Amino acid sequence: MTKSELIDAVADKLKLPKGKAELIVNCVFDAMETALKSGERIEIRGFGSFEIRHYKAYEGRNPRTGAKVDVKPKRLPFFKVGKELKERVNLGEGPLDDDDDDDDDDDDDLLAEEAAAEDR
Amino acid sequence: MTKADIIESVYEKVGGFSKKEAADIVETVFDTIKDRLEVGEKIKISGFGNFVVREKKARVGRNPQTGQEITISARRVLTFKPSQVLKTALNG
Repeated sequence: MTKSELIDAVADKLKLPKGKAELIVNCVFDAMETALKSGERIEIRGFGSFEIRHYKAYEGRNPRTGAKVDVKPKRLPFFKVGKELKERVNLGEGPLDDDDDDDDDDDDDLLAEEAAAEDR
Repeated sequence: MTKADIIESVYEKVGGFSKKEAADIVETVFDTIKDRLEVGEKIKISGFGNFVVREKKARVGRNPQTGQEITISARRVLTFKPSQVLKTALNG
């Protein structure tokens, strides 16, 4: 399920116009992003919690070439699934979506949004 | 930040609802996500990250206190992978 499918599902369930559902879903994730940016922990009961973890600088290697790379210190969000959802996911059935690790669609989506904005 | 803060944000920034309605709306957003994760679906929120259910095989673990071997059963776990956009925003 993508964000736009989530928006459709929320609009459907709540009998809201799609535009309104879009504002709502965006608002939810924007609020979470703002909290994480300020280093704040997020706790959503029944779902899970997010916290910022700090990672030190280290010397890594490009796995393809073996060349040394300096990795700068960074902050990353860490998600811990809540007890209720953890149990539901473990007991759940149904085929798993492929484990393709694609997070780069984000950039595609953003580029598409920018292109759409330019068209307007 | 808790769910109450998210509800407050929806109430103030989106508007057009009572606080009770905003609470029900936010609940619906998370319930929808949870229902999909339960059936093994992946949730991809562009600009934020992906929630992915993964299958873990059974393995032999150890009770760290007693050192006793125990079998950890096969299970499904939920993982979150932050998007590149979010990672950049956190380190900008």
